[in-house]
Amino acid sequence: MCLAIPMRIESIEGDFAIVETASARRRISVTLLEAPRINDYVLVHAGFAIQKIDERLAQETIELLNKMALSRYNA
Amino acid sequence: MKYILEYRDREKSVALSREIAKVAGQVPMTFMEVCGTHTMSIARFGLSQLLPPSIRLISGPGCPVCVTPNRFLDHAIALSRQNGVVICTFGDMMRVPGSSSSLEKEHALGRDIRIVYSSLDALNIAKKNPELEIVFLGIGFETTAPTIAASILNAKQEGMKNYSVLCAHKAVVPALEALVASGIKLDGFILPGHVSTIIGVRSYRRLFSGRDLCGVIAGFEPTDVLGAILNMAGAVTHKKFELGNSYPRAVSENGNLRAMNFINRVFELCDSNWRGLGEIGQSGFKIREELAEFDASKKFSVCVEKTREPAGCRCGEILSGIAPPFECPLFGHACTPDHPVGPCMVSSEGTCQAYYKYNQ
Repeated sequence: MCLAIPMRIESIEGDFAIVETASARRRISVTLLEAPRINDYVLVHAGFAIQKIDERLAQETIELLNKMALSRYNA
Repeated sequence: MKYILEYRDREKSVALSREIAKVAGQVPMTFMEVCGTHTMSIARFGLSQLLPPSIRLISGPGCPVCVTPNRFLDHAIALSRQNGVVICTFGDMMRVPGSSSSLEKEHALGRDIRIVYSSLDALNIAKKNPELEIVFLGIGFETTAPTIAASILNAKQEGMKNYSVLCAHKAVVPALEALVASGIKLDGFILPGHVSTIIGVRSYRRLFSGRDLCGVIAGFEPTDVLGAILNMAGAVTHKKFELGNSYPRAVSENGNLRAMNFINRVFELCDSNWRGLGEIGQSGFKIREELAEFDASKKFSVCVEKTREPAGCRCGEILSGIAPPFECPLFGHACTPDHPVGPCMVSSEGTCQAYYKYNQ
């Protein structure tokens, strides 16, 4: 029950949004988010967006992983 | 699949695995992954095989279906037998054995029991069928509780009279406190990433302050889990026990305050019974008195049969990290995903199902 999928907000209408990922498109509630915007990536759980993904921090984590993986080759 | 595959990268996972081996060395460490979704993730991606033999992972009580006592299921079954009542539930609950039946069996006998993906689906069924009473089975931790709270507030706003929730929501942190108080030998917790998006890093601070225990909030992809373990391996070897957040892209210090507000408007804390852990104070959510019309336990008066636990089932000990699945005499024999005896084998986040499916 901790399953939540990152999906992109395609459109918003009131408390609801259409979100999409490579394999799916869904209509979900965004009532639990403060200020959802189109193109935001959100975690979708049980028909609701429960949190926005911070893309800057997501990128930072990816870069940290890249650096670490690279340093293996140079070690 | 953006923000999934980047963190599922094999090369990075192997690199993390090597770092962990380097940092942890031979120092024996035991970490508990709290969340059933972490247990599944670890099993599915074979992450235990990427850890040095000195690091042991044990599963915890973070499977909401698994820790819900039989009585809740028996109550739901009793409600399903009332004329005009429709039970709406998340899929997992269907096959969990109650004391003498299951929702799946009752459905086969003709009761109106429907699997839904969201409490909003149950609301819609209620709106389309004003002559029927829709009861939604509210199971889940703080990840799910705000969504059910939203459904109740929506029902109130629309003046709906035929929607109610049988509430068994629970809070994670009190269970962790109880585990620690029980004296379990642990060096750290892999903390549940999505519960944490709601409750925030701050909700764990008291649990870890002044204790020789570390905790890292982790996401669910292989690099998320391995990254968290690397963090903790470092903390343990340097005896710098602390709380960390390896899932900053989704978890902030304060979490989702708006969602917490939804929870607080609809629920209040109560003492709650956890399979395997017993009664834990202020660890469950119950629907507030002023919203009693949406509380199925108050709206309907039904006779619930005497609770019986399945003989030989060791779900309780598995959930509290005392025994692994293969120490249960029923595991793989009397109890398999095809014919489960206890909830740990049924739930998609159940420890026993994870072990069985991925051959651990």
